[in-house]
Amino acid sequence: MNALVSIGLAHYLVVASILFVAGLITVATRRNAVAILMGVELILNAASLNFVAFSRFVHGGVTGQVFSLFIILLAAAEACIALAIVLSIFRNFKNVDVLNTTTLRE
Amino acid sequence: MPEYSAAIQDLIRVNGLWLIPFFPAMGALINCVFGAMIQKKWGKRPIHVVAVGSMVLSSLTALYLFFFKLLPADPSQRFLLDEVFPMIDMGAVRVMFAFAMDPLSGVMACMVTVVATAIHIYSMGYMHDEPSYWRYFGYLNLFCFSMLMLVLGDNFILMFFGWEGVGLCSYLLIGFWYKDREKAKAGMKAFVVNRIGDFGFIVGMFTLFWGLLGMWDAVPGTMTKVDDGRCIPVMTKPMPVAEHHAAPAEHGDAHGSLAAPQAALMASLANGIMGTAHAAEHPVAHGAAAGATHRRGGRQEGRCGLKVEGQRFLQQLPVAVGRTQQVYVGPTVSFRELRDQLAIEDHGGKRVVAEHLMQGTLWFGIPLLIFVTFGFFLGATGKSAQIPLYTWLPDAMAGPTPVSALIHAATMVTAGVYMVARLNFIFILSPEGMTVVALVGGATALFAATIGLFQYDIKKVLAYSTVSQLGYMFVGVGVGAYWVGIYHLLAHAFFKACLFLGSGSVIHGMHWVEHQHGHGDEHGPLLDLRLSPNPADPQDMRNMGGLAKLMPHTAKTYLIACFAISGIPLFSGFYSKDEILWKAFSMGNLAWPWAGKLIWALCAVGALCTAFYMFRSYFMTFHGRPATAEHIEHVHESPRSMTWVLWFLAIGAVLMSLVGSTLFIPAAITHQTPWLESFLAPATAALSDAFQKPALHNVWLEWGLMALSVVLAVTGILGARFWYRDLSKTRARLDWAKRNWRLIHVTVFNKYFVDEIYNATVVRGLLLLTRALAWFDLRIVDGLVNASSWGLRMAASFFGAVDAKIVDGTVNGVADTVIGAGRRVRRIQTGRINAYVMGVAFGVVVLLFVVWFVGPVGR
Repeated sequence: MNALVSIGLAHYLVVASILFVAGLITVATRRNAVAILMGVELILNAASLNFVAFSRFVHGGVTGQVFSLFIILLAAAEACIALAIVLSIFRNFKNVDVLNTTTLRE
Repeated sequence: MPEYSAAIQDLIRVNGLWLIPFFPAMGALINCVFGAMIQKKWGKRPIHVVAVGSMVLSSLTALYLFFFKLLPADPSQRFLLDEVFPMIDMGAVRVMFAFAMDPLSGVMACMVTVVATAIHIYSMGYMHDEPSYWRYFGYLNLFCFSMLMLVLGDNFILMFFGWEGVGLCSYLLIGFWYKDREKAKAGMKAFVVNRIGDFGFIVGMFTLFWGLLGMWDAVPGTMTKVDDGRCIPVMTKPMPVAEHHAAPAEHGDAHGSLAAPQAALMASLANGIMGTAHAAEHPVAHGAAAGATHRRGGRQEGRCGLKVEGQRFLQQLPVAVGRTQQVYVGPTVSFRELRDQLAIEDHGGKRVVAEHLMQGTLWFGIPLLIFVTFGFFLGATGKSAQIPLYTWLPDAMAGPTPVSALIHAATMVTAGVYMVARLNFIFILSPEGMTVVALVGGATALFAATIGLFQYDIKKVLAYSTVSQLGYMFVGVGVGAYWVGIYHLLAHAFFKACLFLGSGSVIHGMHWVEHQHGHGDEHGPLLDLRLSPNPADPQDMRNMGGLAKLMPHTAKTYLIACFAISGIPLFSGFYSKDEILWKAFSMGNLAWPWAGKLIWALCAVGALCTAFYMFRSYFMTFHGRPATAEHIEHVHESPRSMTWVLWFLAIGAVLMSLVGSTLFIPAAITHQTPWLESFLAPATAALSDAFQKPALHNVWLEWGLMALSVVLAVTGILGARFWYRDLSKTRARLDWAKRNWRLIHVTVFNKYFVDEIYNATVVRGLLLLTRALAWFDLRIVDGLVNASSWGLRMAASFFGAVDAKIVDGTVNGVADTVIGAGRRVRRIQTGRINAYVMGVAFGVVVLLFVVWFVGPVGR
């Protein structure tokens, strides 16, 4: 049945693209630092999904999966540090609006 | 007839010679450096204890070495050498800091130290009220140090050191009271005039050195060049054994006495063969050093027929008789080495070095020796105040009187005579040089004596008398009778020092007139026509008179010295001056035969004038009636430290007769060689064949001339007595004479206007030259400098503009551009993360488009 089209590489790539664009838009438009972090997570996940997909359909082996695991790990560490930075921003500026945190500009 | 004993063939090494100049040097150091402090703290006593003490030690050392080392030695070995350390070591030239005492420098050193000690003692009394007592004694000691360096130095370098040193001390002491402008100027005049002479000394020294070194190639075939010197072949000859104290009388003829040293020299030269000259690092120096050890052995050999002469050519090799060998010759500054070289003979009996030196010429074919001897003699005329450089000495009387006695009568001014006697081996090679020395001496003797006739300042009389007496000394050394010149020098040192100190004693006693009348105009107008004295001048003889009763010791010693200088028998001046006159008359060494007779005539008339002006000064000062009655109250005899010195010198002036005669009987009568002549002979023995024995020998003529000179002296004395014994009686006669011979009187009284002529020509010329040079400097040199600086300034401002506008403009423009761009670009950096992300995304899109449409980059 056509409705039950077997899911292939393209599907994954489309989903990953949607995720990536959503993340990109989040990062580009949101002012809340935590929200931006979330966007970054989306982008990372999009990349991770691509790794898994290419690993499954193009390359073979487990290399892609291993990379995904690395990315998950990396995302955790990154979130950890980023949240710490956000926390210190909050302490300094009493909010987490990134439009205010432009003092390093000069 | 005097004979010459052997020349010096050997030397004795001693250690204490350096002490003689060392003591005064230490005294000078202490008094010049710490004197002011010592005098402030402990008074004047330590100052003169140091100064006089150092001179006493120095004279004791000198006398000890003279009497216990030099005199007992064999005449052919009377040469004490003390090599202290090597001073200059430069190529083939090695200069030792060495002192030498041969008979000539020995008698000079003894005279200098003894007279200087006496004058130091006298100065204690004379300078007692002087505030800068320490400075005076410091300078005086420094002078003695320099003079002893001059006398005892073994080479030209040390002699020149002393030569300059005494000039400096003379300047310091003439200008001792430097606050008086005239006195300071007199010091400067003495120094500058001496410098002219020193220039001559330097020219002579360097020309001689150059002549020894530079022109060997002019005589091809006679010289062999070695590494740093030259060798000439000589033949060794056996020589007869010379007996100890060889009595001159044993040698029958003139040549017999000369044969011995020549032969000795021949043997000695054998030792310096070429092989060892090569081997020795410095043949010049090592020859002397090696010789010292070997010489003793050589003398032992001398007993068996070989004797070794020369102080440097000796090497440790057996003497090989009859072989032609090579000896080293070359440049040297040592007197004895030079003398040895000039004596070298080759196997043909030719004095190679001496002849080479005599043949050498400089520009326009002028003989080298003319330059050398004239240069040295110009130095001597400067230092010893002869025509044409005598003018500084009368002005030098501005110094304290003991200084005039020590420096400007007894020691420094005799340095020129000493130098000519020291360099006798060079002067005898040039008969022209000798003739000029003698002629200038004779002319000066008469010229200065005539000026002395009309002087009123007692010290000026003595100053011109000194110039005149130095002229006699130059006649002595100029005609080749070196011992007589030196004898007159020694005798003169005693009687002239006595006269000067006597005048100092008189001035000391007359000092009250200065306080009485205040300081007057001490220096008259250019043309001094005044017939009346300045009453405030303690040195003007017209203010004196009748002082004999008030100052008995001074008067007696002054009279003794006057007899000595006038040439009265029994007093030393007679023997020396008469011998000089006779030698001038009889010696055949001069270039022109008539010169000797002319010089004799000049000197004889000079002797008449000398007797006249000396007794004129004696009678004006000590006889007649006192100029004012107040003299009797104020004038007093000087303290004992001064009168004892006067007596010491006066007795010395008499006893000096003994060394130049046989118990006061002249040699002309006894026909015995005076002690001083035979003693000095080794140091002044002739080396040249041009040096002849007296050409004339006539006993009756000699006696006649001697009697004539005594008659002249007595005439002078009686004339002075007639005119000046009692001025109050003869004043009318004197004035009449002055009126009638006005032209002569004015000319002579104003010293022949020589100072004025020098001022108008030399000084004026030099000033004009300086003005011309100043103009040249201001206009031409400065103009060039200013023009170039202007050009540079223009160029600089142009380049400055280029720099400011273009270079800086470029640099600043770049900087401004960057700053402006930065100012604009910085707006991009908003600090907003969103914007950055948008930018990144936009960039990615752009890149994608590029890849899409253009294709992957880098393909």
